[in-house]
Amino acid sequence: MMASQVEKKPNVYLEDLSEGLWKRTPPLFTALGMCPSLAVTTAAVYGMAMGLSTTVVLVGSTVLISLFRRAIPRQTRIPIYTVAVATLVTITELVLKGFFPEIHQVLGLFIPLIVVNCIILGRIESFAAQHTPARALADSLGYGLGFTWALTLIGAIREILGAGTLFGLRVMPAAFVPWAIMRTPAGAFWTMGILVGVITLWRQRGAARRVTIPGVGLQRMREAAEGGETA
Amino acid sequence: MTELVLLFIGAALVNNFLLTRFLGICPFLGVTRELKAGVGMGIAVTAVMVASVLVIWPIYHWGLAPLGLEYLQTILFILVIAAMVQVLEMIIRKFMPALYRAFGIYLPLITTNCAILGLALLMVGENYTFLQSLVFAIGSGAGITLAMAMMAAIREELELVDVPPSLQGTGVALITAGIMALSFMGFAGLSS
Repeated sequence: MMASQVEKKPNVYLEDLSEGLWKRTPPLFTALGMCPSLAVTTAAVYGMAMGLSTTVVLVGSTVLISLFRRAIPRQTRIPIYTVAVATLVTITELVLKGFFPEIHQVLGLFIPLIVVNCIILGRIESFAAQHTPARALADSLGYGLGFTWALTLIGAIREILGAGTLFGLRVMPAAFVPWAIMRTPAGAFWTMGILVGVITLWRQRGAARRVTIPGVGLQRMREAAEGGETA
Repeated sequence: MTELVLLFIGAALVNNFLLTRFLGICPFLGVTRELKAGVGMGIAVTAVMVASVLVIWPIYHWGLAPLGLEYLQTILFILVIAAMVQVLEMIIRKFMPALYRAFGIYLPLITTNCAILGLALLMVGENYTFLQSLVFAIGSGAGITLAMAMMAAIREELELVDVPPSLQGTGVALITAGIMALSFMGFAGLSS
């Protein structure tokens, strides 16, 4: 059924998919889902596991809500969304605990905390609640896989610099002394901050090629000082 | 008594929710542009944390645990928190309109603030007594308020500094948070 719809309107679904996959990928392009992105990305494999667990819940809940979108009363929609997401999270947690105990151990608290990941409620509220299940599937799959690659990238950077390995395999020369700081919370913040900066720089260059004004901060300081004098 | 003091210090400084545990980062980056809003948000989060201990601890230890329904904790906790935040929102809107305007969209988002649900899950996970849970909530809230206030104060100064255009906003905030996290690592020896 889905395949036939895709054939009819290929653009809509591809566009839905691409929005989360590379146009507005959280947490790098839009500042959503920061907590898990910083907390569990000490290694690439944990970032990937966290991303995939979130994707399962995201896809499941958006499709479910989209199916029942006409039956859900507007006033009580948020509690209904929350219960649906929490139920899926509980199922995901029990499956992880049963089949992948090591991953469950590392991700720990951040598995039940998928419930409060702003990406999920955000996609339900702003997309799935108004669109068909097929489009909700494309949209949430894009956001979920986008979140997964972003977390894997952050985990990979921190793992390469912090331990000299990638997915557990040694990639740095033997003489490389691992930067222990990259595995600590400080390293998480810095990796994310620099990544956000690099992406912004790349976008600013690519998008407009507009003239950057050096000393924009100085200008603001002058304005603030003038404002202070007149006040 | 000593144990409770250590629990408080541990929750506020050593395992700071924002800078060590990474719980509640969204408002930490979102509403820390102004000192007043940052502190207000910290206090609101603390209030919801204490309230959630008062409600969730009895529900878990007298309801879920005796019945063997612990696996329902995530669903039940988030519903209780959502209801409580709604009540708090109504109170603030009625009595503190200025504070309400400063929070903007972040007040309803306290529900999806992972610090609150995280606190509830940590509290039952560590099997704290009622008193310990209360101290844990107040300590965690104090730590969040402290970090939010520091961050907001630094960002007010950053407004006047010549930050590279690509790092303005979230980028420089994250790097600042990293330096703060580094300094908080210095507390690691205080208590376990």
